[in-house]
Amino acid sequence: MKCGSIFLAVVLLLSVCAVVDAQKKYSIGLVFDVGGRGDKSFNDAAYRGLEWASQRLEVDVSYAEPGPGGADRENLLRRMARSGKDLVIGVGFLFTQPVVAAARDFPDVKFACVDMDVGSAGELPPNVVALTFREHEGSFIVGAIAGMKTQTNKVGFVGGMTGPLIEKFEAGYTAGVKYANPECTVLRVYAGDSPVAFADPARGYELAVQLNSQGCDIIYHAAGNTGNGVFRAAIERGFYVIGVDSNQNYLGYDSAAGKNWSLTSMLKRVDVAVYLVIEDLVNNRLEGGVREYGLKDFVKIGNETYRALDFAIDDYNRANLDEETVKKANEIIEKIVKGEIKVPKSMKEL
Amino acid sequence: MIDISIIILSTLRRSTPLIFASLGAVYSERSGVVNIGLEGIMLVGAFVSVIASNAFGLLPGILLAVVAGMAVAALHGMATITFKANQIVSGVAINLFGMGITAFIPEALMGMTDIRALNSAPLLAGLTPLVYVAIALIPVSHFLLFHTVLGLRLRSVGENPASADSLGINVSTMRYLGVVLSGALAALGGAYLALEQGGGFTKNMVAGRGFIALAAMIFGNWTPFGALGASLLFGFSDSIQTVIQTMGYTIPSQAIQALPYILTIIVLVVAVKRVRMPEADGKPYLR
Repeated sequence: MKCGSIFLAVVLLLSVCAVVDAQKKYSIGLVFDVGGRGDKSFNDAAYRGLEWASQRLEVDVSYAEPGPGGADRENLLRRMARSGKDLVIGVGFLFTQPVVAAARDFPDVKFACVDMDVGSAGELPPNVVALTFREHEGSFIVGAIAGMKTQTNKVGFVGGMTGPLIEKFEAGYTAGVKYANPECTVLRVYAGDSPVAFADPARGYELAVQLNSQGCDIIYHAAGNTGNGVFRAAIERGFYVIGVDSNQNYLGYDSAAGKNWSLTSMLKRVDVAVYLVIEDLVNNRLEGGVREYGLKDFVKIGNETYRALDFAIDDYNRANLDEETVKKANEIIEKIVKGEIKVPKSMKEL
Repeated sequence: MIDISIIILSTLRRSTPLIFASLGAVYSERSGVVNIGLEGIMLVGAFVSVIASNAFGLLPGILLAVVAGMAVAALHGMATITFKANQIVSGVAINLFGMGITAFIPEALMGMTDIRALNSAPLLAGLTPLVYVAIALIPVSHFLLFHTVLGLRLRSVGENPASADSLGINVSTMRYLGVVLSGALAALGGAYLALEQGGGFTKNMVAGRGFIALAAMIFGNWTPFGALGASLLFGFSDSIQTVIQTMGYTIPSQAIQALPYILTIIVLVVAVKRVRMPEADGKPYLR
């Protein structure tokens, strides 16, 4: 009898242990890119994904932000890994090398890098997941919309830092413009060749004013916070802007005139990617390697379905996008998904 | 072909923050205090201008930014004039302070790093108001520095503080005046960047313009008109760089973006022979 009760107690204890183990709380660390939370764009989207995960999955989340210049990216990743995180996520392609270096030293911790520059990363350690997007596909759609809507047959592109990442946006956009309107020319400028080019709104304003005074009536920006100046120029001078990464439609609202200068925004759902990689970890199916999200990737969270890439329609820009344009844009999405249109991802392929 | 007026207007707009800050540097260094903290003060000016103009309107916002710039500059003055600290070290500290506080306050108190300006400056003949203010301040400053007693006193403490002191000029007061004026002007430059170009505040949005303004002040041989000329040159090469990009030439973009810096080096080499800094610039005055 006594033995029996001890046996029972042990079994109970073990089962409690088993239950606890099954509900092991995963711990996630996320390091933002320079610009940090509040950029209304890339970092904010990553934060939203983190929030979804902390609300819907059994995980602990924490985050950190590099100092000015971002030289301490790798240190922050290491600190996260050392503090016992199961998954450490770096937000932005500038984390490519730091993630690879940190992952080598912490083989038991999984690392993910949003927007990883896979080309320059070399051989990925097995515990690294590169989260990439086919931004050229999303840019193609907003480019096609710009091509359909332009009155001057001249549209502009403001890029942040020069390099293969932003070139994907430029190439897809240019191809989309030409697909919808072969007569239309695209003028493009870049803000610079260092990460500062993503955080200089005064320069963004200047570049946009220049493009507008050369006849561009629609400008697409892929320039982070530098793009805030593009919106300011649009409100001041009266031309349309296409936002990037998050839904930036509200930034084009001129409250004095009651007019909105946002044509649409190219949505790159970093939130979906961050959420999915955490979900994979929790479901024990996270594997290293490159994950590429494109127009064909649908993501379901609860009852809502999100596409990894999309163009934004909301109350701010509904008046600027007629149904005909939206219908055509959706047809183009279908054609890209079916492979009938091949979207270039560099200016060489264009 | 590109309309010349586009380039002229663009040059004026891009030069404006540099004109403000380099003119500020002229006042500070003419009084004998090196102020490499301009970058940080511009950031504080940009930040305060957005917060204050959102709360109280455009003009009060700009005025409060100027007050904040003067306050931060007074800290630099206190360290270097009252306590005779090394001016470079104090300037670096001011920069770090400006970068840190303008990143910390919005993030800790408001949970964001990026604040949108709700009020937009009106266009007057194609340019925003502070552009005209910047240009108007150049002749005013020239007159003040070179044709008034106050200007003579301010310059004298930067050249030979011991002689000035022996003639009954209060060296500390004059130096504080120079430093605080530089803070006011740098803050105006920051307010211009945030309110009239960027449409809001973003962390580190000054992006090195405070340092470029220092270079402009040196080319300009520590004079207001020289600082104006050098600032216009920087603004011009920057806008030409953009024009070349939009024309779609196949020059590598890095080469185009290096243009302002190449010009900088050329001008430095040409100008360095004729520039002369104030004799006591950078030296604390010990009785």
